[in-house]
Amino acid sequence: MFSRARKEKRSLKKGIQSPALKRSYEAWKKKSSAQADGDPSRRKMLFTTVSGRKIKELYTPADLKNFDYLRDLGFPGEYPFTRGIHPTMYRGRLWTMRQFSGFGTAEDTNKRYKYLLRCGQTGLSVAFHLPTLMGVDSDHPLAKGEVGKCGVAVDTLADMEILFKGIPLDRITTSMTINAPAAVLWAMYIAVAEKQGVSPKVISGTIQNDILKEYIAQKTFVFPPRPSMKLIVDTFEYGAKEVPRWNTISISGYHIREAGATASQELAFTLRDGIEYVDWALQRGLKVDEFAPRLSYFLNSHNDFFEEIAKFRAARKIWAEVMRERFKAKNPRSWWLRFHTQTSGVSLMAQQPYNNVVRVALQALAAILGGTQSLHTNSLDETYALPSEDAVTIALRTQQIIAYESGVSNTIDPLGGSYFIEVLTKQIEEEAKTYIRKIDDMGGMVKAIELGFPQREIADSAYWYQRAVQKKEKIIVGVNAFEMEHEPIPILEIDEAVARQQLARLREVKRRRNKTRVNRALNDLEKAARDGLNLMPFLLVSVKAYATLGEIMDALKEVYGEYQEPVSY
Amino acid sequence: MSTKKIRVLVAKPGLDGHDRGAKVICRALRDAGMEVIYTGLRRTPEEIVNAAIQEDVDLIGLSILSGAHPILFPKIMKLLRDKGAEDIPVIAGGIIPEKDIPRMKKAGIREIFLPGTSTEDIVQWIERQIRKGGAKRK
Repeated sequence: MFSRARKEKRSLKKGIQSPALKRSYEAWKKKSSAQADGDPSRRKMLFTTVSGRKIKELYTPADLKNFDYLRDLGFPGEYPFTRGIHPTMYRGRLWTMRQFSGFGTAEDTNKRYKYLLRCGQTGLSVAFHLPTLMGVDSDHPLAKGEVGKCGVAVDTLADMEILFKGIPLDRITTSMTINAPAAVLWAMYIAVAEKQGVSPKVISGTIQNDILKEYIAQKTFVFPPRPSMKLIVDTFEYGAKEVPRWNTISISGYHIREAGATASQELAFTLRDGIEYVDWALQRGLKVDEFAPRLSYFLNSHNDFFEEIAKFRAARKIWAEVMRERFKAKNPRSWWLRFHTQTSGVSLMAQQPYNNVVRVALQALAAILGGTQSLHTNSLDETYALPSEDAVTIALRTQQIIAYESGVSNTIDPLGGSYFIEVLTKQIEEEAKTYIRKIDDMGGMVKAIELGFPQREIADSAYWYQRAVQKKEKIIVGVNAFEMEHEPIPILEIDEAVARQQLARLREVKRRRNKTRVNRALNDLEKAARDGLNLMPFLLVSVKAYATLGEIMDALKEVYGEYQEPVSY
Repeated sequence: MSTKKIRVLVAKPGLDGHDRGAKVICRALRDAGMEVIYTGLRRTPEEIVNAAIQEDVDLIGLSILSGAHPILFPKIMKLLRDKGAEDIPVIAGGIIPEKDIPRMKKAGIREIFLPGTSTEDIVQWIERQIRKGGAKRK
């Protein structure tokens, strides 16, 4: 019996790399090259991906050396999860359609959320304005001109109560893009749920809470890396006990990619960030299987269709291996790389903006063929401003058309087994692992960031790409080819009245709250930070006393200091 | 004509951390033989104007993607005038809706380069401007 299995395995291998195949391939290649050489009008370009990867004219079984279905792919829902984390994938449940959204005041955004939910969106995703992302209040000098512009203004629990007014937090999941002050905004969300009579035990959603990629790419940092990491581990610890259905981090490659990284760099730096968070949590004494199931990821879906699909598949495989082999996690849920995807913002063009609808559709399709758990599709007008209602509706409809009309959700991992996709998946896996080992050798991601390593690698890639576009090695339709004039499109405008309303509310909240209670809460918080305690309970007391975000962050800055980025380019 | 290198201050006002464009511009100007001083992120108008005067730059390039340009650009231009440094030309790039451009130019921004502009065009523009207004450099 065993010998028959061996024989079968041998013949399978032979099928993949048989001498007959090799001979036929060589003969075909000769013919194909001869034809190409004899055609003076053939396309003379570098056939590379958006990341600069060279692509062959054809992939055959001969390219899949040492390919083993069970080892390399397995079945959906089974290790190493290359084909998907769930055994049923989209036949069981479609991905969550979650449009990142927020602008103006909490009232404006609350209206937009209700509109999106009426349009069939299945989850919420909060975009905060820049002062909130930076942990300062709307009346701070740095907030001048910024209030409500890039997202919704949230200074206190009062804003958060309005933001979710009439939205039942026990029935909707909410993702919040917030990093340096993530723990504070999470405390506000928990407090709103409690006020709605919903227990923290049942609320579900995600805080981005990924500070490492802030130093690497997105740059909305406040505290230095080490205290920031401490605060993040606080949320893991608190979440595991008190808010068990919450994803306490969304380890993000999105911004790394947007800053200019290649597909492999995005994957490598993001997964190495993930490893860093696990390391720090283990050092705190947490057990890996207690918190690892609540780690989630956030990846970019860029222009190069197949490379992106391969990246998503490689991501799942590497993470499963890291969690099982490196960290010895026992719970299969700890091995899952669950991820949200956003289509690539930088790939959108201001020129002929309606073309962006097509770019987004292709990128969304790549994310879905890559097995994403949730998806944000960018709106066509996002190179100009936050999306208008019409533009965001098209973006959401794009997901619905893929989900309900295209048929791609009928079967799991439909591209699995494609010679090309499997080769790409393997290549990206190996490239990412090489980077991960390099950062291990540097002493981890915090060290690598302090050395400026990922930042430099990304800036190099960004500059390479810009030059490739200028040399027309990379064609962007409407920008360096097929250019034409176009009419301006309608865009969403945030006027300064928003700032006036927001400042009025902030003054009103400050006037009405119990100042003694606020001061006591902030003093206790600062003391707890000095004593190295888990800050979540103290943050909850502070936000419930209507301490402002800025006041809370200032108290913590007293203890932790502020990060100054070394300036380089 | 002076053979002195053109000195450029690349500055990021506003709270956004999107520095990909600013960094690409810094490298492109450096590769074109200019001296580039980059302020880093989240500089206030005061910090930018002070840095420009202290570094005695020939030109200021502003990069902003947060939407705060209607407030911050006029503020920077006013501070330059207040300090008698209005002869330093200021250019800008980032996310700036086309309808805001006339207002920004009226405030004194010499040119606004929108997404998709080639770095070569920006280099040529700067070289032309500085040659034209060469009187500023001693």
